[in-house]
Amino acid sequence: MVIAPGSASAPALEPKIEIENLRVCYGAEPPALDGITLTVPARQITVFFGPAGGGKSTLLRTINRLNDLVDGARTEGRVRLDGEDILGPEVDITRLRRRIGIVFALPVPLPMSIRRNLWYGLELAGERSRRVLDEAMEKALSAAALWDEVKDRLDEPAIALSGGQQQRLCLARVLALEPEVIMLDEPSSGLDPISTAKVEASLQELKQQYTVIIVPSSVQQASRLADWAGFFLQGELVEWASGRELFLAPKDRRTEDYLTGRFG
Amino acid sequence: MTAGERRLLIQRVAFSTLGLATALTVLPIILIVGVIAWKGMPALAPSFLFEAPRDGLRAGGIWPALVGTVYLTVGTGLIAVPVGLAAAIYLSEYARETFFTRAIRIAIINLAGIPSVVYGLFGLALFVLFLKLGTSIVAASLTLSIMTLPVIISTAEEALRAVPQSFRLVSQGMGGTKWQTIRRIVLPQALPGILTGVILGLERAAGETAPILFTGAALFLPQLPRSIFDETMALPYHLFVISTQVPGMPVKVQFGTALVLLVFVLSMNVLATFIRSYHRRRRQW
Repeated sequence: MVIAPGSASAPALEPKIEIENLRVCYGAEPPALDGITLTVPARQITVFFGPAGGGKSTLLRTINRLNDLVDGARTEGRVRLDGEDILGPEVDITRLRRRIGIVFALPVPLPMSIRRNLWYGLELAGERSRRVLDEAMEKALSAAALWDEVKDRLDEPAIALSGGQQQRLCLARVLALEPEVIMLDEPSSGLDPISTAKVEASLQELKQQYTVIIVPSSVQQASRLADWAGFFLQGELVEWASGRELFLAPKDRRTEDYLTGRFG
Repeated sequence: MTAGERRLLIQRVAFSTLGLATALTVLPIILIVGVIAWKGMPALAPSFLFEAPRDGLRAGGIWPALVGTVYLTVGTGLIAVPVGLAAAIYLSEYARETFFTRAIRIAIINLAGIPSVVYGLFGLALFVLFLKLGTSIVAASLTLSIMTLPVIISTAEEALRAVPQSFRLVSQGMGGTKWQTIRRIVLPQALPGILTGVILGLERAAGETAPILFTGAALFLPQLPRSIFDETMALPYHLFVISTQVPGMPVKVQFGTALVLLVFVLSMNVLATFIRSYHRRRRQW
């Protein structure tokens, strides 16, 4: 299997998600994604970037099957997680979504306390022990760099947190499930630079243990974070390479034009 | 008169007209409540509330009718709330927009427009005669339920849809099933709105005469009903009877009965308003 086409120097990496010839359509519209083939390596930060309408969010929502909730969405091709097909009808979707967590662009605290937000995913999975729930909560909040800020107000409504704290809460909520893959869809689109820096710092920590996929909110963020990067343009994967190669020496003219700000 | 003065005058006239029209809508409510309270108060005594009518309904109290209306309201709630809530959850959370679901919605809206006496006749044909429930609390409650369902379904569906879609996405994105998401997030958040709709629906059921006229309301029963298959007295029908069918009826008994019915229904209304405003202040979205 090829992780980065054309990069002979790539170190041997364990593949986590293999995508082959993926095509996603919504209703009768032209495909939102077409001919996507790439392999997301384990315990690295993979970045999908490009202008709006490129299909990045669609790709994330295909990987954890949230597109199933959209009327008229059709998916063709293969997506494998640890070698197992995850697009088939017999896949246990709730288990899949626990293994591949997603954080959305706008933070959505559930209408309950901070503590309950952190418990939520585990409670859905059937966890009842208060001790287990609280331990998972503390661990997840620490990993998302939020514990020190909220440890004295865990039973306050989550909505009372600031925007940046809410986004880290959403990250923590996903981490509490101990997923294998964490996907973030423009996690800092509404955040100030300090909160963004905190989120990015926790991502660098998290990749020791988790596979991280992120749709960044800027090219600068993409280049800061990317171990691997894919450039998406109108449903097509234009270029896929290691972050260093793609941002320092893009091979495709369109990638270069986007990176240098000629369009976008 | 200058053009400026003219414009000012027109504005004054317009404002006064609008204000007057608004006052006119409030006036009847004040008058109704005022007159009924004024004329009904003298009748109110413990014996009026807790005794059965005597002397051809001219004396005594309204206890069997009051209890009967509570029974009918509770019975209607027991039937209409689960069915209406289930239908609302189905329509809002599960059904896709198809010709079929659009037809159901149109049917529900039209159901709300049917005159209540038609429900009464329908209840007589279906529940009393065809299903052989007889004129009884069950038959009357079922009839009132059908009348109440459209209100409950449409307000509950609205309340469910008002819960932000993003909550559902987050919950299902974390491995929640659709049902877990509904039970843990959507329903609790929609509950105040649902409750308001339920109370408003039941309030209408409590005050209706026509649907129970042929299906379970009795002219005079000194005893309280002993089973759900008994007939029962009910406040709105009792009021109709003592206002039109009994010669020589003391006015204070009529207005006393009206006052009790009004307080019963209005207190449900106040409860609904209270629930709504209490939860709107606490809502986290």
